[in-house]
Amino acid sequence: MSEHSTYTPGNAVEKWLDDRLPIIRFSKEHLMDFPTPKNLNYWWTFGAILVMCLVIQIVTGVILAMHYTPHVSMAFDSVEHIRRDINGGRMIQSFHAVGASMFFAAVYIHIFRGMYFGSYKAPREILWILGVLIFLLMMATAFMGYVLPWGQMSGWAATVITNIFAAIPVIGNPLLELLRGGFSVGNPTLNRFFSLHYLLPFIIAAIVVLHIWALHVPGNNNPVGVDVKDTKRDTLPFHPYYTMKDAFGMVLFLIPFAWFAFFAPDILGHPDNYIEFNAQVTPAHIVPEWYFLPFYAILRAIDFNILFIDSKLGGVIFFGGSILILFFLPWLDTSKVRSGNFRPMFKWFYWLFVVNFVALTYLGAAPAEGIYVVLAKICTAYYFIHFLVILPLLGRIETPRPLPTSISESVLGKAH
Amino acid sequence: MATQAHHSTTRRDFIFVATGAVAGVGAAATVWPLINQLNPDASTLALASIEFDISAIPEGQSVTIMWRGLPVFVRHRTQAEIDEAKAVPLADLKDPETDEQRTKEGHEQWLIMIANCTHLGCVPVGESGDFDGWFCPCHGSHYDSAGRIRKGPAPKNLVLPPYEFLSDTLVQIG
Repeated sequence: MSEHSTYTPGNAVEKWLDDRLPIIRFSKEHLMDFPTPKNLNYWWTFGAILVMCLVIQIVTGVILAMHYTPHVSMAFDSVEHIRRDINGGRMIQSFHAVGASMFFAAVYIHIFRGMYFGSYKAPREILWILGVLIFLLMMATAFMGYVLPWGQMSGWAATVITNIFAAIPVIGNPLLELLRGGFSVGNPTLNRFFSLHYLLPFIIAAIVVLHIWALHVPGNNNPVGVDVKDTKRDTLPFHPYYTMKDAFGMVLFLIPFAWFAFFAPDILGHPDNYIEFNAQVTPAHIVPEWYFLPFYAILRAIDFNILFIDSKLGGVIFFGGSILILFFLPWLDTSKVRSGNFRPMFKWFYWLFVVNFVALTYLGAAPAEGIYVVLAKICTAYYFIHFLVILPLLGRIETPRPLPTSISESVLGKAH
Repeated sequence: MATQAHHSTTRRDFIFVATGAVAGVGAAATVWPLINQLNPDASTLALASIEFDISAIPEGQSVTIMWRGLPVFVRHRTQAEIDEAKAVPLADLKDPETDEQRTKEGHEQWLIMIANCTHLGCVPVGESGDFDGWFCPCHGSHYDSAGRIRKGPAPKNLVLPPYEFLSDTLVQIG
Protein backbone atom coordinates (compact mmCIF):
# COMPACT_ATOMS: atom_id res chain seq x y z
CA MET A 1 0.00 0.00 0.00
CA SER A 2 2.80 2.35 -0.94
CA GLU A 3 0.34 4.85 -2.39
CA HIS A 4 -0.36 6.04 1.15
CA SER A 5 3.12 7.47 1.58
CA THR A 6 3.12 11.06 2.69
CA TYR A 7 6.82 11.07 3.38
CA THR A 8 8.94 13.94 2.23
CA PRO A 9 12.56 13.89 3.41
CA GLY A 10 13.02 16.57 6.04
CA ASN A 11 16.62 17.48 5.31
CA ALA A 12 19.51 16.84 2.95
CA VAL A 13 20.74 13.77 4.86
CA GLU A 14 17.30 12.14 4.78
CA LYS A 15 17.02 13.00 1.10
CA TRP A 16 20.42 11.44 0.44
CA LEU A 17 19.43 8.31 2.37
CA ASP A 18 16.00 8.12 0.74
CA ASP A 19 17.58 7.96 -2.71
CA ARG A 20 19.78 5.06 -1.65
CA LEU A 21 17.93 3.04 1.00
CA PRO A 22 14.41 4.37 1.58
CA ILE A 23 14.20 2.83 5.03
CA ILE A 24 12.68 5.89 6.70
CA ARG A 25 10.02 6.05 3.98
CA PHE A 26 9.34 2.34 4.43
CA SER A 27 9.03 2.64 8.20
CA LYS A 28 6.76 5.64 7.93
CA GLU A 29 4.50 3.86 5.45
CA HIS A 30 4.27 0.57 7.33
CA LEU A 31 4.76 1.42 10.98
CA MET A 32 3.17 4.87 11.21
CA ASP A 33 0.90 5.93 8.37
CA PHE A 34 -0.47 2.50 7.52
CA PRO A 35 -4.26 2.89 7.13
CA THR A 36 -5.91 0.65 9.71
CA PRO A 37 -9.66 0.05 10.09
CA LYS A 38 -10.92 2.30 12.84
CA ASN A 39 -13.12 -0.31 14.50
CA LEU A 40 -10.44 -2.82 15.63
CA ASN A 41 -11.13 -4.15 19.12
CA TYR A 42 -8.68 -5.43 21.75
CA TRP A 43 -8.61 -8.92 20.20
CA TRP A 44 -6.57 -7.24 17.45
CA THR A 45 -3.79 -6.25 19.86
CA PHE A 46 -2.56 -9.83 20.09
CA GLY A 47 -0.49 -9.51 16.92
CA ALA A 48 1.67 -6.90 18.61
CA ILE A 49 1.62 -8.88 21.87
CA LEU A 50 2.97 -11.90 19.98
CA VAL A 51 5.82 -9.86 18.51
CA MET A 52 6.63 -8.80 22.06
CA CYS A 53 6.57 -12.45 23.20
CA LEU A 54 8.97 -13.46 20.43
CA VAL A 55 11.35 -10.66 21.37
CA ILE A 56 11.22 -11.64 25.07
CA GLN A 57 11.96 -15.29 24.19
CA ILE A 58 14.87 -14.39 21.93
CA VAL A 59 16.44 -11.93 24.37
CA THR A 60 16.11 -14.16 27.44
CA GLY A 61 17.05 -17.22 25.38
CA VAL A 62 20.28 -15.74 24.04
CA ILE A 63 21.22 -14.84 27.62
CA LEU A 64 20.40 -18.33 28.92
CA ALA A 65 22.56 -19.85 26.18
CA MET A 66 25.53 -17.95 27.63
CA HIS A 67 25.26 -20.05 30.82
CA TYR A 68 23.70 -23.32 29.67
CA THR A 69 25.73 -26.47 28.85
CA PRO A 70 24.19 -28.82 26.29
CA HIS A 71 25.67 -32.05 27.57
CA VAL A 72 23.76 -34.90 29.24
CA SER A 73 26.03 -34.88 32.27
CA MET A 74 25.89 -31.12 32.79
CA ALA A 75 22.66 -29.78 31.28
CA PHE A 76 20.46 -30.40 34.33
CA ASP A 77 23.00 -28.85 36.71
CA SER A 78 23.64 -25.91 34.43
CA VAL A 79 19.96 -24.95 34.52
CA GLU A 80 20.05 -25.13 38.32
CA HIS A 81 23.24 -23.07 38.17
CA ILE A 82 21.37 -20.44 36.15
CA ARG A 83 18.53 -20.42 38.66
CA ARG A 84 20.73 -20.25 41.77
CA ASP A 85 24.08 -18.67 40.93
CA ILE A 86 23.78 -16.37 37.93
CA ASN A 87 23.01 -12.76 38.80
CA GLY A 88 19.29 -12.39 38.16
CA GLY A 89 19.34 -15.81 36.50
CA ARG A 90 16.31 -16.97 38.45
CA MET A 91 14.16 -14.29 36.84
CA ILE A 92 15.64 -14.59 33.37
CA GLN A 93 15.07 -18.34 33.38
CA SER A 94 11.53 -18.03 34.71
CA PHE A 95 10.63 -15.33 32.18
CA HIS A 96 11.84 -17.65 29.42
CA ALA A 97 9.97 -20.70 30.73
CA VAL A 98 6.79 -18.79 31.60
CA GLY A 99 7.23 -16.85 28.36
CA ALA A 100 6.69 -20.03 26.36
CA SER A 101 3.31 -20.54 28.02
CA MET A 102 2.32 -16.90 27.58
CA PHE A 103 3.41 -17.04 23.94
CA PHE A 104 1.06 -19.98 23.36
CA ALA A 105 -1.77 -18.36 25.33
CA ALA A 106 -1.47 -15.32 23.07
CA VAL A 107 -1.19 -17.35 19.87
CA TYR A 108 -4.32 -19.37 20.72
CA ILE A 109 -6.28 -16.15 21.31
CA HIS A 110 -4.87 -14.76 18.04
CA ILE A 111 -5.87 -17.92 16.12
CA PHE A 112 -9.35 -18.10 17.63
CA ARG A 113 -9.86 -14.40 16.92
CA GLY A 114 -9.00 -15.09 13.28
CA MET A 115 -11.41 -18.02 13.24
CA TYR A 116 -14.32 -16.02 14.65
CA PHE A 117 -13.88 -12.97 12.44
CA GLY A 118 -13.07 -14.97 9.31
CA SER A 119 -9.64 -13.41 8.95
CA TYR A 120 -8.50 -16.39 6.86
CA LYS A 121 -10.92 -15.66 4.01
CA ALA A 122 -9.99 -14.18 0.64
CA PRO A 123 -7.80 -12.27 0.09
CA ARG A 124 -5.98 -13.27 3.30
CA GLU A 125 -5.39 -17.03 2.70
CA ILE A 126 -1.60 -16.71 2.46
CA LEU A 127 -1.58 -14.56 5.58
CA TRP A 128 -3.44 -17.36 7.41
CA ILE A 129 -1.21 -20.13 6.01
CA LEU A 130 1.92 -18.28 7.12
CA GLY A 131 0.33 -17.98 10.55
CA VAL A 132 -0.28 -21.74 10.77
CA LEU A 133 3.33 -22.27 9.69
CA ILE A 134 4.51 -20.00 12.52
CA PHE A 135 2.31 -21.98 14.93
CA LEU A 136 3.92 -25.24 13.77
CA LEU A 137 7.43 -23.82 14.16
CA MET A 138 6.49 -22.52 17.61
CA MET A 139 5.46 -26.03 18.61
CA ALA A 140 8.74 -27.50 17.36
CA THR A 141 10.75 -24.78 19.11
CA ALA A 142 8.85 -25.11 22.40
CA PHE A 143 9.23 -28.88 22.36
CA MET A 144 12.98 -28.75 21.80
CA GLY A 145 13.38 -26.04 24.42
CA TYR A 146 11.51 -28.20 26.91
CA VAL A 147 14.06 -30.98 26.39
CA LEU A 148 17.07 -28.79 27.26
CA PRO A 149 16.78 -28.80 31.10
CA TRP A 150 17.21 -32.60 30.82
CA GLY A 151 14.80 -33.49 33.59
CA GLN A 152 12.57 -36.56 33.59
CA MET A 153 9.80 -34.83 31.64
CA SER A 154 12.37 -33.42 29.19
CA GLY A 155 13.91 -36.79 28.39
CA TRP A 156 10.64 -38.65 28.18
CA ALA A 157 9.00 -35.93 26.09
CA ALA A 158 11.93 -36.29 23.70
CA THR A 159 11.51 -40.08 23.68
CA VAL A 160 7.76 -40.05 23.14
CA ILE A 161 7.67 -37.28 20.54
CA THR A 162 10.56 -38.61 18.44
CA ASN A 163 8.90 -42.02 18.61
CA ILE A 164 5.94 -40.55 16.77
CA PHE A 165 8.10 -40.57 13.63
CA ALA A 166 8.76 -44.30 14.05
CA ALA A 167 5.11 -44.90 13.19
CA ILE A 168 5.79 -43.96 9.55
CA PRO A 169 5.93 -47.19 7.52
CA VAL A 170 9.28 -48.38 6.10
CA ILE A 171 11.39 -45.28 6.77
CA GLY A 172 10.16 -44.88 10.38
CA ASN A 173 13.03 -46.55 12.23
CA PRO A 174 15.95 -45.20 10.19
CA LEU A 175 14.32 -41.77 10.50
CA LEU A 176 14.03 -42.19 14.27
CA GLU A 177 17.75 -43.00 14.56
CA LEU A 178 18.57 -40.07 12.30
CA LEU A 179 16.55 -37.67 14.48
CA ARG A 180 18.03 -38.96 17.74
CA GLY A 181 21.55 -39.53 16.50
CA GLY A 182 21.53 -42.86 18.29
CA PHE A 183 19.36 -45.78 19.25
CA SER A 184 17.88 -43.81 22.10
CA VAL A 185 17.54 -40.21 23.23
CA GLY A 186 21.02 -39.21 24.39
CA ASN A 187 23.77 -36.66 24.14
CA PRO A 188 23.61 -36.27 20.33
CA THR A 189 19.87 -35.63 20.67
CA LEU A 190 20.36 -32.97 23.32
CA ASN A 191 23.07 -31.24 21.30
CA ARG A 192 21.09 -31.00 18.08
CA PHE A 193 17.95 -29.89 19.93
CA PHE A 194 19.95 -27.06 21.49
CA SER A 195 21.30 -26.04 18.09
CA LEU A 196 17.85 -26.10 16.49
CA HIS A 197 16.18 -24.44 19.46
CA TYR A 198 18.54 -21.53 18.91
CA LEU A 199 17.94 -21.47 15.15
CA LEU A 200 14.16 -21.79 14.88
CA PRO A 201 13.15 -18.53 16.61
CA PHE A 202 15.01 -16.62 13.90
CA ILE A 203 13.21 -18.61 11.20
CA ILE A 204 9.98 -17.73 13.01
CA ALA A 205 11.02 -14.06 13.00
CA ALA A 206 11.61 -14.27 9.24
CA ILE A 207 8.18 -15.80 8.65
CA VAL A 208 6.64 -13.15 10.91
CA VAL A 209 8.05 -10.59 8.46
CA LEU A 210 6.30 -12.42 5.60
CA HIS A 211 3.14 -12.66 7.75
CA ILE A 212 3.13 -8.87 8.24
CA TRP A 213 3.95 -8.33 4.58
CA ALA A 214 0.97 -10.50 3.62
CA LEU A 215 -1.10 -8.48 6.10
CA HIS A 216 -0.06 -5.17 4.59
CA VAL A 217 -1.14 -6.10 1.07
CA PRO A 218 -4.92 -6.36 1.73
CA GLY A 219 -4.72 -4.54 5.08
CA ASN A 220 -6.34 -5.62 8.34
CA ASN A 221 -9.57 -7.51 8.55
CA ASN A 222 -11.90 -5.97 11.17
CA PRO A 223 -14.75 -6.93 13.52
CA VAL A 224 -17.52 -6.35 10.94
CA GLY A 225 -15.49 -8.00 8.19
CA VAL A 226 -16.41 -5.58 5.40
CA ASP A 227 -13.62 -4.18 3.25
CA VAL A 228 -12.27 -0.67 3.62
CA LYS A 229 -14.14 1.39 1.01
CA ASP A 230 -13.07 4.92 1.82
CA THR A 231 -9.63 5.20 3.39
CA LYS A 232 -10.44 8.61 4.85
CA ARG A 233 -13.64 7.60 6.59
CA ASP A 234 -12.95 3.93 7.40
CA THR A 235 -9.37 3.99 8.59
CA LEU A 236 -6.96 5.68 10.98
CA PRO A 237 -3.18 5.83 10.72
CA PHE A 238 -1.50 3.01 12.64
CA HIS A 239 0.48 5.54 14.65
CA PRO A 240 -0.53 6.88 17.12
CA TYR A 241 -3.95 5.21 17.24
CA TYR A 242 -2.94 1.56 17.16
CA THR A 243 0.59 1.88 18.48
CA MET A 244 -1.01 3.22 21.66
CA LYS A 245 -3.80 0.64 21.72
CA ASP A 246 -1.28 -2.18 21.15
CA ALA A 247 1.02 -0.78 23.82
CA PHE A 248 -1.86 -0.74 26.30
CA GLY A 249 -2.75 -4.32 25.36
CA MET A 250 0.87 -5.35 25.94
CA VAL A 251 0.86 -3.76 29.39
CA LEU A 252 -2.32 -5.63 30.34
CA PHE A 253 -0.83 -8.86 29.00
CA LEU A 254 2.35 -8.36 31.02
CA ILE A 255 0.38 -8.37 34.28
CA PRO A 256 -0.42 -12.12 34.34
CA PHE A 257 2.94 -12.74 32.66
CA ALA A 258 4.80 -11.03 35.50
CA TRP A 259 2.59 -12.69 38.10
CA PHE A 260 3.56 -16.13 36.84
CA ALA A 261 7.23 -15.25 36.43
CA PHE A 262 7.62 -13.63 39.84
CA PHE A 263 5.22 -15.59 42.04
CA ALA A 264 4.59 -18.99 40.41
CA PRO A 265 7.32 -19.73 37.87
CA ASP A 266 6.83 -23.50 38.19
CA ILE A 267 3.06 -23.70 38.42
CA LEU A 268 2.72 -24.43 34.68
CA GLY A 269 5.43 -27.10 34.74
CA HIS A 270 5.77 -30.54 36.28
CA PRO A 271 7.64 -31.42 39.50
CA ASP A 272 9.09 -34.50 37.76
CA ASN A 273 11.23 -32.22 35.65
CA TYR A 274 13.30 -31.45 38.73
CA ILE A 275 14.54 -35.03 38.69
CA GLU A 276 17.38 -35.58 36.24
CA PHE A 277 16.53 -37.70 33.19
CA ASN A 278 16.75 -41.45 33.81
CA ALA A 279 16.41 -43.65 30.73
CA GLN A 280 15.39 -46.63 32.88
CA VAL A 281 12.34 -45.16 34.62
CA THR A 282 9.38 -43.33 33.08
CA PRO A 283 7.42 -41.00 35.39
CA ALA A 284 4.02 -42.45 36.29
CA HIS A 285 2.05 -39.55 34.81
CA ILE A 286 3.60 -38.26 31.66
CA VAL A 287 1.76 -35.34 30.12
CA PRO A 288 3.02 -32.61 27.82
CA GLU A 289 2.90 -28.90 28.62
CA TRP A 290 -0.65 -27.53 28.68
CA TYR A 291 -0.39 -25.94 25.23
CA PHE A 292 0.07 -29.33 23.56
CA LEU A 293 -2.72 -31.11 25.45
CA PRO A 294 -5.52 -30.83 22.85
CA PHE A 295 -3.34 -32.40 20.17
CA TYR A 296 -1.97 -34.95 22.63
CA ALA A 297 -5.54 -35.98 23.47
CA ILE A 298 -6.15 -36.56 19.75
CA LEU A 299 -2.96 -38.64 19.48
CA ARG A 300 -4.07 -40.84 22.38
CA ALA A 301 -7.69 -41.11 21.28
CA ILE A 302 -6.84 -43.46 18.42
CA ASP A 303 -6.20 -46.70 20.33
CA PHE A 304 -7.78 -48.99 17.75
CA ASN A 305 -6.67 -50.23 14.32
CA ILE A 306 -8.32 -48.64 11.28
CA LEU A 307 -8.35 -51.25 8.50
CA PHE A 308 -4.68 -51.91 7.72
CA ILE A 309 -3.49 -48.87 9.69
CA ASP A 310 -2.38 -49.83 13.18
CA SER A 311 -3.35 -47.78 16.22
CA LYS A 312 0.04 -46.09 16.52
CA LEU A 313 0.15 -44.83 12.95
CA GLY A 314 -3.55 -43.95 13.17
CA GLY A 315 -2.93 -41.76 16.19
CA VAL A 316 -0.08 -40.03 14.42
CA ILE A 317 -2.18 -39.43 11.30
CA PHE A 318 -4.98 -37.83 13.31
CA PHE A 319 -2.48 -35.87 15.41
CA GLY A 320 -0.78 -34.47 12.31
CA GLY A 321 -4.10 -34.01 10.55
CA SER A 322 -5.51 -31.92 13.40
CA ILE A 323 -2.87 -29.27 12.73
CA LEU A 324 -2.52 -29.66 8.96
CA ILE A 325 -6.28 -29.23 8.52
CA LEU A 326 -5.83 -25.60 9.62
CA PHE A 327 -3.94 -24.93 6.38
CA PHE A 328 -7.12 -25.74 4.45
CA LEU A 329 -9.49 -23.70 6.59
CA PRO A 330 -9.80 -20.86 4.02
CA TRP A 331 -11.32 -23.34 1.56
CA LEU A 332 -13.30 -25.46 4.01
CA ASP A 333 -15.34 -22.48 5.19
CA THR A 334 -17.61 -21.81 2.22
CA SER A 335 -19.37 -18.72 3.60
CA LYS A 336 -18.56 -15.42 1.93
CA VAL A 337 -19.33 -13.49 5.13
CA ARG A 338 -16.22 -12.99 7.21
CA SER A 339 -17.35 -11.83 10.65
CA GLY A 340 -19.09 -14.33 12.95
CA ASN A 341 -21.17 -11.40 14.22
CA PHE A 342 -23.30 -11.64 11.08
CA ARG A 343 -23.52 -15.43 10.95
CA PRO A 344 -26.28 -16.56 13.36
CA MET A 345 -25.59 -20.31 13.00
CA PHE A 346 -21.81 -20.17 12.70
CA LYS A 347 -21.66 -18.26 15.97
CA TRP A 348 -23.07 -21.25 17.90
CA PHE A 349 -20.88 -23.77 16.17
CA TYR A 350 -17.84 -21.54 16.74
CA TRP A 351 -18.38 -21.54 20.50
CA LEU A 352 -19.11 -25.25 20.46
CA PHE A 353 -15.75 -25.72 18.75
CA VAL A 354 -14.06 -23.59 21.41
CA VAL A 355 -15.70 -25.65 24.19
CA ASN A 356 -14.68 -28.84 22.41
CA PHE A 357 -11.08 -27.59 22.16
CA VAL A 358 -11.00 -26.76 25.87
CA ALA A 359 -12.46 -30.22 26.59
CA LEU A 360 -9.65 -31.79 24.55
CA THR A 361 -7.16 -29.80 26.63
CA TYR A 362 -8.69 -31.23 29.79
CA LEU A 363 -8.79 -34.76 28.39
CA GLY A 364 -5.16 -34.57 27.27
CA ALA A 365 -4.16 -34.24 30.91
CA ALA A 366 -6.61 -36.85 32.23
CA PRO A 367 -5.47 -40.46 32.67
CA ALA A 368 -6.11 -42.70 29.64
CA GLU A 369 -8.82 -44.81 31.24
CA GLY A 370 -12.58 -45.19 31.70
CA ILE A 371 -14.88 -42.37 30.62
CA TYR A 372 -11.97 -40.13 29.57
CA VAL A 373 -11.07 -42.48 26.72
CA VAL A 374 -14.62 -42.37 25.36
CA LEU A 375 -14.89 -38.60 25.72
CA ALA A 376 -11.54 -38.09 24.01
CA LYS A 377 -12.80 -40.07 21.03
CA ILE A 378 -16.01 -38.04 20.82
CA CYS A 379 -14.16 -34.72 21.08
CA THR A 380 -11.58 -35.83 18.50
CA ALA A 381 -14.38 -36.78 16.11
CA TYR A 382 -16.11 -33.44 16.66
CA TYR A 383 -12.86 -31.52 16.05
CA PHE A 384 -12.68 -32.96 12.55
CA ILE A 385 -16.42 -32.81 11.92
CA HIS A 386 -16.32 -29.06 12.60
CA PHE A 387 -13.81 -28.52 9.80
CA LEU A 388 -14.90 -31.19 7.34
CA VAL A 389 -18.69 -31.17 7.67
CA ILE A 390 -20.04 -28.21 9.62
CA LEU A 391 -18.03 -25.37 8.05
CA PRO A 392 -18.56 -26.48 4.42
CA LEU A 393 -22.30 -27.00 5.06
CA LEU A 394 -22.96 -23.80 7.02
CA GLY A 395 -21.91 -21.61 4.13
CA ARG A 396 -24.65 -23.22 2.04
CA ILE A 397 -27.57 -23.38 4.48
CA GLU A 398 -27.04 -20.31 6.62
CA THR A 399 -28.68 -16.93 5.93
CA PRO A 400 -26.31 -14.24 7.17
CA ARG A 401 -27.60 -11.07 8.75
CA PRO A 402 -27.34 -7.91 6.61
CA LEU A 403 -23.87 -6.41 6.61
CA PRO A 404 -23.22 -2.71 7.22
CA THR A 405 -22.37 -0.94 3.98
CA SER A 406 -19.09 0.34 5.40
CA ILE A 407 -16.85 0.26 8.45
CA SER A 408 -17.65 3.92 9.05
CA GLU A 409 -21.40 3.20 9.09
CA SER A 410 -20.95 0.34 11.57
CA VAL A 411 -19.11 2.69 13.92
CA LEU A 412 -21.06 5.93 13.52
CA GLY A 413 -24.48 4.74 12.36
CA LYS A 414 -26.16 5.82 9.10
CA ALA A 415 -26.34 9.53 10.01
CA HIS A 416 -24.09 10.61 7.18
CA MET B 1 22.51 -21.33 -36.10
CA ALA B 2 20.00 -19.54 -38.26
CA THR B 3 18.82 -22.83 -39.77
CA GLN B 4 18.23 -24.25 -36.30
CA ALA B 5 16.21 -21.34 -35.00
CA HIS B 6 12.86 -22.91 -35.80
CA HIS B 7 13.71 -26.34 -34.38
CA SER B 8 11.92 -27.12 -31.15
CA THR B 9 14.95 -28.89 -29.67
CA THR B 10 18.43 -27.52 -30.04
CA ARG B 11 21.86 -28.54 -28.84
CA ARG B 12 21.61 -25.61 -26.45
CA ASP B 13 18.55 -27.20 -24.82
CA PHE B 14 20.53 -30.38 -24.31
CA ILE B 15 23.40 -28.49 -22.69
CA PHE B 16 20.90 -26.65 -20.53
CA VAL B 17 19.27 -29.86 -19.25
CA ALA B 18 22.61 -31.62 -18.82
CA THR B 19 24.01 -28.72 -16.80
CA GLY B 20 20.91 -28.68 -14.63
CA ALA B 21 21.17 -32.43 -14.03
CA VAL B 22 24.84 -32.18 -13.02
CA ALA B 23 24.04 -29.29 -10.69
CA GLY B 24 21.18 -31.28 -9.16
CA VAL B 25 23.35 -34.32 -8.51
CA GLY B 26 26.06 -32.07 -7.12
CA ALA B 27 23.60 -30.37 -4.79
CA ALA B 28 22.28 -33.72 -3.53
CA ALA B 29 25.84 -35.01 -3.01
CA THR B 30 26.65 -31.88 -1.01
CA VAL B 31 23.51 -32.02 1.12
CA TRP B 32 23.76 -35.73 1.96
CA PRO B 33 26.79 -35.45 4.33
CA LEU B 34 25.05 -32.53 6.03
CA ILE B 35 22.11 -34.83 6.79
CA ASN B 36 24.11 -38.00 7.35
CA GLN B 37 26.03 -36.38 10.22
CA LEU B 38 22.77 -36.67 12.17
CA ASN B 39 22.92 -40.49 12.05
CA PRO B 40 24.38 -42.49 14.97
CA ASP B 41 28.11 -41.80 15.14
CA ALA B 42 31.02 -44.23 15.47
CA SER B 43 31.15 -43.97 19.26
CA THR B 44 27.45 -44.81 19.52
CA LEU B 45 27.79 -47.76 17.14
CA ALA B 46 30.85 -49.02 19.05
CA LEU B 47 28.64 -49.74 22.07
CA ALA B 48 26.45 -52.06 20.05
CA SER B 49 27.39 -55.32 21.85
CA ILE B 50 27.55 -56.11 25.58
CA GLU B 51 27.99 -59.19 27.79
CA PHE B 52 25.94 -59.64 30.93
CA ASP B 53 26.16 -62.15 33.78
CA ILE B 54 22.65 -63.30 34.72
CA SER B 55 23.59 -65.64 37.59
CA ALA B 56 22.85 -63.03 40.26
CA ILE B 57 19.17 -62.67 39.33
CA PRO B 58 16.98 -64.95 41.48
CA GLU B 59 13.77 -66.48 40.14
CA GLY B 60 10.87 -64.02 40.02
CA GLN B 61 13.14 -60.98 39.81
CA SER B 62 14.29 -58.81 36.96
CA VAL B 63 16.90 -56.19 36.28
CA THR B 64 17.08 -53.37 33.78
CA ILE B 65 20.39 -52.98 31.99
CA MET B 66 21.45 -50.56 29.27
CA TRP B 67 22.29 -51.61 25.72
CA ARG B 68 22.98 -49.02 23.01
CA GLY B 69 21.45 -46.45 25.34
CA LEU B 70 18.25 -48.44 25.51
CA PRO B 71 16.96 -50.03 28.70
CA VAL B 72 16.71 -53.83 28.48
CA PHE B 73 14.65 -56.02 30.82
CA VAL B 74 16.28 -59.27 31.90
CA ARG B 75 13.61 -61.26 33.73
CA HIS B 76 14.05 -64.58 35.49
CA ARG B 77 10.54 -65.94 35.11
CA THR B 78 8.75 -68.23 37.55
CA GLN B 79 7.29 -71.51 36.33
CA ALA B 80 3.81 -70.04 36.82
CA GLU B 81 4.59 -67.16 34.47
CA ILE B 82 5.98 -69.51 31.83
CA ASP B 83 2.94 -71.77 32.06
CA GLU B 84 0.61 -68.80 31.85
CA ALA B 85 2.38 -67.47 28.76
CA LYS B 86 2.30 -70.89 27.07
CA ALA B 87 -1.39 -71.35 27.79
CA VAL B 88 -2.45 -68.26 25.81
CA PRO B 89 -4.09 -69.18 22.48
CA LEU B 90 -2.45 -67.30 19.57
CA ALA B 91 -5.85 -66.08 18.42
CA ASP B 92 -6.02 -63.86 21.51
CA LEU B 93 -2.90 -61.97 20.52
CA LYS B 94 -2.68 -58.68 18.66
CA ASP B 95 0.85 -59.54 17.48
CA PRO B 96 0.85 -63.36 17.53
CA GLU B 97 4.06 -64.97 18.77
CA THR B 98 4.44 -68.16 20.79
CA ASP B 99 6.33 -68.19 24.07
CA GLU B 100 8.98 -70.34 22.34
CA GLN B 101 9.57 -67.58 19.80
CA ARG B 102 10.06 -65.10 22.63
CA THR B 103 12.78 -67.10 24.43
CA LYS B 104 15.80 -69.28 23.65
CA GLU B 105 15.43 -73.05 23.78
CA GLY B 106 16.68 -74.47 27.07
CA HIS B 107 16.53 -71.03 28.67
CA GLU B 108 12.75 -70.53 28.81
CA GLN B 109 13.00 -68.93 32.22
CA TRP B 110 14.92 -65.97 30.79
CA LEU B 111 13.00 -63.23 29.06
CA ILE B 112 15.23 -60.56 27.56
CA MET B 113 13.50 -57.63 25.87
CA ILE B 114 14.05 -53.98 25.04
CA ALA B 115 12.21 -52.13 27.78
CA ASN B 116 10.62 -49.46 25.61
CA CYS B 117 6.88 -49.71 25.03
CA THR B 118 6.28 -50.20 21.31
CA HIS B 119 3.74 -47.38 21.36
CA LEU B 120 5.82 -44.30 22.09
CA GLY B 121 8.82 -45.65 23.99
CA CYS B 122 8.06 -45.25 27.70
CA VAL B 123 9.43 -47.88 30.08
CA PRO B 124 6.59 -50.13 31.28
CA VAL B 125 6.28 -51.03 34.95
CA GLY B 126 7.03 -54.69 35.77
CA GLU B 127 4.77 -57.21 37.53
CA SER B 128 1.66 -55.18 36.87
CA GLY B 129 -1.14 -54.75 34.37
CA ASP B 130 -4.06 -57.09 33.66
CA PHE B 131 -1.90 -59.94 32.31
CA ASP B 132 0.75 -60.46 35.02
CA GLY B 133 3.40 -58.84 32.89
CA TRP B 134 4.09 -55.17 32.26
CA PHE B 135 1.96 -52.06 32.24
CA CYS B 136 2.95 -48.85 30.48
CA PRO B 137 1.83 -45.83 32.53
CA CYS B 138 2.02 -43.41 29.61
CA HIS B 139 -0.90 -44.57 27.49
CA GLY B 140 -2.10 -47.71 29.20
CA SER B 141 -0.65 -50.65 27.22
CA HIS B 142 -0.72 -54.05 28.97
CA TYR B 143 1.87 -56.76 28.22
CA ASP B 144 1.70 -60.38 29.39
CA SER B 145 4.33 -62.54 31.07
CA ALA B 146 6.03 -63.12 27.71
CA GLY B 147 6.10 -59.36 26.97
CA ARG B 148 3.36 -59.64 24.34
CA ILE B 149 0.94 -56.79 23.79
CA ARG B 150 -2.52 -57.70 25.07
CA LYS B 151 -4.41 -54.44 25.51
CA GLY B 152 -3.91 -50.72 24.77
CA PRO B 153 -2.55 -48.59 21.93
CA ALA B 154 0.84 -50.31 21.45
CA PRO B 155 0.91 -52.16 18.13
CA LYS B 156 3.66 -54.76 18.76
CA ASN B 157 5.10 -57.04 21.42
CA LEU B 158 8.08 -55.71 23.38
CA VAL B 159 11.02 -55.98 20.99
CA LEU B 160 13.59 -58.72 21.50
CA PRO B 161 17.18 -57.59 21.02
CA PRO B 162 19.52 -59.93 19.16
CA TYR B 163 21.19 -62.00 21.89
CA GLU B 164 22.69 -65.42 22.62
CA PHE B 165 23.71 -67.45 25.63
CA LEU B 166 27.51 -67.79 25.70
CA SER B 167 27.11 -70.11 28.70
CA ASP B 168 24.32 -70.83 31.17
CA THR B 169 25.09 -67.63 33.05
CA LEU B 170 26.57 -65.32 30.43
CA VAL B 171 24.49 -63.56 27.79
CA GLN B 172 25.75 -61.49 24.89
CA ILE B 173 23.32 -58.83 23.73
CA GLY B 174 23.87 -57.28 20.31
